[in-house]
Amino acid sequence: MQVPSPFEYERATSVEHALELLARLGPDARLLAGGHSLLPMMKLRLASPEYLIDIDPLAGELGYVREQDGEVRIGAMTRHRELLESELLARRVAIFTDAERVIADPVVRNRGTIGGALCQADPAEDLSAVCAAADARVVVRGRDGERVLDMRAFHRGAYETAVEDGEMVTEIRVPLHPGAGSAYEKVERRVGDWAVVAAGAAVRLSDGTIEHAAIALAAVGGDVTSPAAAEALAGRPPSEELFAEAAGIAAAGCSPVTDQRGSAEYKRHVAAELTLRALRRATARALREES
Amino acid sequence: MSAVEEQRPIGYGRLKRKEDARFIRGQGTYVDDVQLPGMLHGAILRSPVAHARIASIDTSAALAHPKVHAVITGRDLEAQGLSWMPTLSADVQAVLATDKVRFQGQEVAFVIADDRYSARDALELIDVDYDTLPAVVNARKALDPDAPVIRDDLEGKTDNHIFDWESGDRAATDAVFARADVVVSQEMLYPRVHPAPMETCGAVADYDRVSGKLTLWSTTQAPHAHRTLYALVAGLPEHKIRVISPDIGGGFGNKVGIYPGYVCAVVGSIVTGKPIKWVEDRSENLMATSFARDYVMRGSIAATSEGRILGVQVDVIADHGAFNTTAQPTRYPAGFFHVFTGSYDLEAAHCSVRGVYTNKAPGGVAYACSFRITEAVYLVERMVDMLARELDADPAELRLRNFIRPEQFPYACRTGWVYDSGDYERTMRKALAIAGYDELRREQVERRARGELMGIGVGFFTEAVGAGPRRHMDILGLGMADGAELRVHPTGKAQLGISVQTQGQGHETTFAQIVAEELGIPPEDIEVVHGDTDNTPFGLGTYGSRSTPVSGAATAVVARKVREKARIVAGAMLEVAPEDLAWERGRWFVRGDPEQGATIQEIAMAAHGSLELPEGVEGGLDSETVYNPPNLTFPFGAYLCVVDVDPGTAAVRVRRFVAVDDCGTRINPIIIEGQVHGGLTDGVGMALMELIAFDEDGNCLGGSLMDYLIPTALEVPDWETDFTVTPSPHHPIGAKGIGESATVGSPPTIVNAVVDALAPYGVRHMDMPCTPSRVWEAMQGNAKPPQ
Repeated sequence: MQVPSPFEYERATSVEHALELLARLGPDARLLAGGHSLLPMMKLRLASPEYLIDIDPLAGELGYVREQDGEVRIGAMTRHRELLESELLARRVAIFTDAERVIADPVVRNRGTIGGALCQADPAEDLSAVCAAADARVVVRGRDGERVLDMRAFHRGAYETAVEDGEMVTEIRVPLHPGAGSAYEKVERRVGDWAVVAAGAAVRLSDGTIEHAAIALAAVGGDVTSPAAAEALAGRPPSEELFAEAAGIAAAGCSPVTDQRGSAEYKRHVAAELTLRALRRATARALREES
Repeated sequence: MSAVEEQRPIGYGRLKRKEDARFIRGQGTYVDDVQLPGMLHGAILRSPVAHARIASIDTSAALAHPKVHAVITGRDLEAQGLSWMPTLSADVQAVLATDKVRFQGQEVAFVIADDRYSARDALELIDVDYDTLPAVVNARKALDPDAPVIRDDLEGKTDNHIFDWESGDRAATDAVFARADVVVSQEMLYPRVHPAPMETCGAVADYDRVSGKLTLWSTTQAPHAHRTLYALVAGLPEHKIRVISPDIGGGFGNKVGIYPGYVCAVVGSIVTGKPIKWVEDRSENLMATSFARDYVMRGSIAATSEGRILGVQVDVIADHGAFNTTAQPTRYPAGFFHVFTGSYDLEAAHCSVRGVYTNKAPGGVAYACSFRITEAVYLVERMVDMLARELDADPAELRLRNFIRPEQFPYACRTGWVYDSGDYERTMRKALAIAGYDELRREQVERRARGELMGIGVGFFTEAVGAGPRRHMDILGLGMADGAELRVHPTGKAQLGISVQTQGQGHETTFAQIVAEELGIPPEDIEVVHGDTDNTPFGLGTYGSRSTPVSGAATAVVARKVREKARIVAGAMLEVAPEDLAWERGRWFVRGDPEQGATIQEIAMAAHGSLELPEGVEGGLDSETVYNPPNLTFPFGAYLCVVDVDPGTAAVRVRRFVAVDDCGTRINPIIIEGQVHGGLTDGVGMALMELIAFDEDGNCLGGSLMDYLIPTALEVPDWETDFTVTPSPHHPIGAKGIGESATVGSPPTIVNAVVDALAPYGVRHMDMPCTPSRVWEAMQGNAKPPQ
């Protein structure tokens, strides 16, 4: 049995209560959501917070996927399983469904939350790339009010987000557009392993051309998104050649490192391959050729 | 056989496992479930570096922790002569390091505290000053002149050499190679992998200061051998040691040896007078307990241009880690690697094996390897496949052409084994038929034309299991024979005592079925007692697929002794001479008058009753035996695997796997199939993902299940299993071992399939694990051994 260092435990019963506890206990307190990153890190003693604030009781208040004002609004405590099973997401923003199919395993998906995943900001984490590709915005709440950040502002790099001491993520907002399609592709060594590389793509088509595109990569370092690749796609009609060109740009711009999951050369190669495949499927979905 | 007998056989057949009733209810009792009054908990401080001199250890802060009772270091053990212990391979291993640490994760100090949490917290209060030394990680470089000497504790040691060992005839092999039309050579690495049993290793030691008796619950596959070794190591008298191996959550060889943690728990109990529990965590298990493989093999195969295999030659560098702790019969430092001629009738063969020390965890043979047969089969099956490629021959046809033929058995192979029985062609043809081999090859042609990468892997293996004849085989002087003891109670229920210990193999079922087959007592009326040295006969334990070949034979023999005793008693009951009685399942009856007879239950009551027995015949039916196997058993099998490789991502998917096994007489097909399913899954793991990797400083990169991958149901296909039956001629019931067949046979079959899939890219060989990245590198012409 791997055992963590001693810590104190508090249980928050509302968002307000959680924020109050964060303010009172200070920067040595950590929020415990699904616990599937934090608890293993504590057991390995890679993390030793003095206080845990358990926000599991907020799963009701912050557990939802609903359409509102032209957006999908996802509560931060929504479990992976609920994202996977959401018909709304499958129909309108299928990149979530694609990703959730290959995130961890059912046991983890039953507990892990979208807010926890985004705040953990593991470099191989899938939902950061998904949200970036989907142009999602993140609602960060503190005792003084809310901030709504896009993913570029929210996700600052490996294990680093814009969430300040005393703040927490409460909601993720994903815009809905007609003619839009999105997809996610991942290579892993085994089901439940972190991604070797993953790529997400979202496109909006209008009159046979790509009006807007976004590409995001996981596990290849640097920026999650690839604005240059997105730019190359915008305003041009979709084609295999164009996808390959964008995929090449995305791969060239990423900065993978060699590790147990694979060599940097392989990761760069497969980043291009997966980007290409994601663009293909996203476009097919936008054209309603594929759901 | 009727459907009812099929489900509840008296004897062999598909009986549901007796032990599952408690396991599926969560009612098993594992070492960590043992709770004793006043029990304290131990935790081990481990080295953070691979190689360093210990300048100092300061335990004062840990001792000041309010819940800590004691901190034991190597210096403390030294005072009792226990800082080093003998290994199973004539080496010594540090229990707690005194002079140096020699691998990352090595045991440095043992903390005893009120609870597991406090013990773990106190580890961080121990201050160890390490002077770091350069580390040797790559076995190929271990004997370089400038390599740091790891084992300077050994008198006069100036290098990292452990042993040189060879088998076969070098000159004869050179001669067949000289006249061969074709020679193919390849260096291949069987990477370091880990058994990773679901239950990690642990012990509860309870030393009674009044009686001087030590009771040790521990995760051991060999309780009796452990008892004797504790007596030799700790100086406790053997009759004052009771080793209990309760339910074991998987062993796979990981629980054969004695680990420093067990010894620390024992010392801790002696020192504190309290029971001590020590159970390692997952990272400790992966980083410090017995790994498997790590064989660098340079193989060559010689053949005629018509595809007649003439000889195989192989030179091995065996990485044994920092201490030579491998568990194998004493005379075989490379285990049974010299079965590397496989299933083929060759003219000559030779191997040399050089063992070396590295700054990596010690161990070596664990993980269902049948004493290095895993490595041997991998080598020969890859070499035969490479030869097929070179000759542009079909790999199945090439194997069929070179198999040992049925009439050649018993077959003396070129390295000295005498294979007991086999009909390889029949088994191979069955596998090819199930797979639809010709159709698969046609499909492959079509797919290749479309740019798809489909691979078909063929593999065949022969194992040598059931160690073994005591004339040839011992471990630290303990001959590898097994006892069995059968008591038949007055009401005809029975209790079988065996020395081998189940870790999931289903002994409580299989061994009851052997008695049932011999005596006609229903299996549910037979209690199998095992895993407690105070209540069972001596024997060497469960590993190397030896339980059925050795203890299974002992069980059949002891049951037959009971049956013969029952005949005498039945003669007295029926007032006829025993010679005039005949046996049918469960009953002696008068020849020529079958109505006149007595069931084994009636005989048991009479044997304990007031019946007048013949002169010199004692009451009761109980009997015991010690079985010394005359030879090993040689199970074999034909495997066939279909993979698809994604040309874009290089990800490998195992689409189909056909396994036709021959383990001789089949006692319980459900259990055999389970063993095969598990072993095949192991094989997918080793072939595709498992690797204990190290960086160049000797840091272990596989120290958690996030880093060390184990396959799940999603990585494996629906197994297509079938069988042939070629009984062993020397085993009392014709059975052979099955526990490791699939683990041995599947990795080369899968790698053969992957390499076959990559043929359009000109790939001849790639080392495991075939991860997407490594497969892609092979496709780029850049296949490298893993680090």
